[in-house]
Amino acid sequence: MKWLFGMLAGLVVAAGAWADTPAEGLAPDALIKNVTEEVLEIVRKDKDIQSGNTKKAIDLVEAKVLPHFNFTRMTQLAMARDWRQSTPAQQKTLVDEFRTLLVRTYSKALTEYKNQTIEYKPFKMQPTDTDVKVRTDIKQPGGKPIQLDYYLEKQNPGWKVYDIEVGGISLVTNYRESFAQEVRNGGIDGLIKSLQSKNKSGEATSVKK
Amino acid sequence: MTDRGAQNRNPGRKKNNEAKGSLVTKGNSFAKRISTLAVAAGLVGLLGGCATSGNPKDPIEGFNRAMFSFNEGLDKVIIKPVAQGYEAALPSPIRTGVTNFFANIADVFIAVNNLLQGKVPEAAGDAGRFVVNSTIGILGVFDVATEMGLEKHEEDFGQTFGRWGVGNGAYVVIPFFGPRTARDTVGLILDVKADPVANVDHVATRNTLLAVRIVSDRANLLPADKVIEEAALDKYSYMRDAYLQRRRSLIHDGNAPREREDAEADDIERPAVAAEPAPAESAAAPRAEEPKQQSALEPGVTLAQAMADGRL
Repeated sequence: MKWLFGMLAGLVVAAGAWADTPAEGLAPDALIKNVTEEVLEIVRKDKDIQSGNTKKAIDLVEAKVLPHFNFTRMTQLAMARDWRQSTPAQQKTLVDEFRTLLVRTYSKALTEYKNQTIEYKPFKMQPTDTDVKVRTDIKQPGGKPIQLDYYLEKQNPGWKVYDIEVGGISLVTNYRESFAQEVRNGGIDGLIKSLQSKNKSGEATSVKK
Repeated sequence: MTDRGAQNRNPGRKKNNEAKGSLVTKGNSFAKRISTLAVAAGLVGLLGGCATSGNPKDPIEGFNRAMFSFNEGLDKVIIKPVAQGYEAALPSPIRTGVTNFFANIADVFIAVNNLLQGKVPEAAGDAGRFVVNSTIGILGVFDVATEMGLEKHEEDFGQTFGRWGVGNGAYVVIPFFGPRTARDTVGLILDVKADPVANVDHVATRNTLLAVRIVSDRANLLPADKVIEEAALDKYSYMRDAYLQRRRSLIHDGNAPREREDAEADDIERPAVAAEPAPAESAAAPRAEEPKQQSALEPGVTLAQAMADGRL
């Protein structure tokens, strides 16, 4: 069960990982380092976020983090084969709903931030690489460091993240089985419905709290 | 660490208490009882479960879901409230000291497993950690070793078996202990037998230590609850898949080859091929290159190739 704790700490930092620095020219590792530090700096100073204001955390994530994610790719990864069976309209809805779910999750995690620090592992890439992995470790008192890896692909303006692994758990492909199950039970629309109702209930709780 | 042994031991311990007069006189009785329980659970699962989802990794999903609900209920009613009380009552440095204390005891066990996996430098590091923390760190309460650069590891018998090439087997949710694979269930039995805390001879001391460890571990997880609730579409499968990914990563010591299954991928139904010796020492595999050469360890297990049991 301790793996769960690692996952949480990982999420916390992942949530803080992107701020909109002028990212175009940056190498992937520099990009991740800059924005991680920037967002965590904001969280360290923000008492509201620390005390569980999810709404504020969501605003931060939306402003700083979203531009650096490729949610379409993430949704494809999570849907695996079922992606091809969906219409363009369904795909658009799926990407939107999955984005909402991930943002909400990360924002929640951000409110649990407790002064973990990050160590950036040595990074090397060839100039021709278009798909890279940036590795970091989260250091926390009283525990083994948690591995936090980012997968990025080169896109037109700069690099975009398409997956995050926390302690070896991919936050994107971890949904694969659940998604496949939903599709088996209720088709693509069934999955969309589940995502929508999940997001609605999440909204309700984040307003309450 | 032995936390996974630890965390859910509570109820087992309670039973143990009830039955104390008759069967607990030596440290080992406890371990035996827990083992029996785990094995029984596994058997029941294997015999009684029937496929409800067709998910090859989880052939006894019906049984597993029932056990999962049972564990969730138990947590909700007993373990979590106690952990919340513990968190509220004790300041954070003390709680960290408790966590460190048990982590230190576990380092011996981790050293043994590293040795069994042939990772001698790591084993030496674990032993060094134990010596330093037990002395300078005052019985393990302060994790001085980490500050000295001796990194903490995480190993158990399930991982050791995985390292030796044993496949996962079916996913099983065990009452009290939570998610395992068939292989990790066997690992768990050995973990419990080898757990220094479970083998303390003085019954009252042992039970107290076990209880504290469960509560301490659970308290450390409290912040995760909300996030998991937020994230999971279906909590059962979210936890299952996270567990399986985590174990796989642990067996590879954090360097598991990435499973590349994009939109085209089709590996969910992919039939089992041949078991290969699990992660080589040089498991530092880059991601895309070897998508699944060592998957399919056993029929019924595809994705989760080689993960032992997880405690982070």
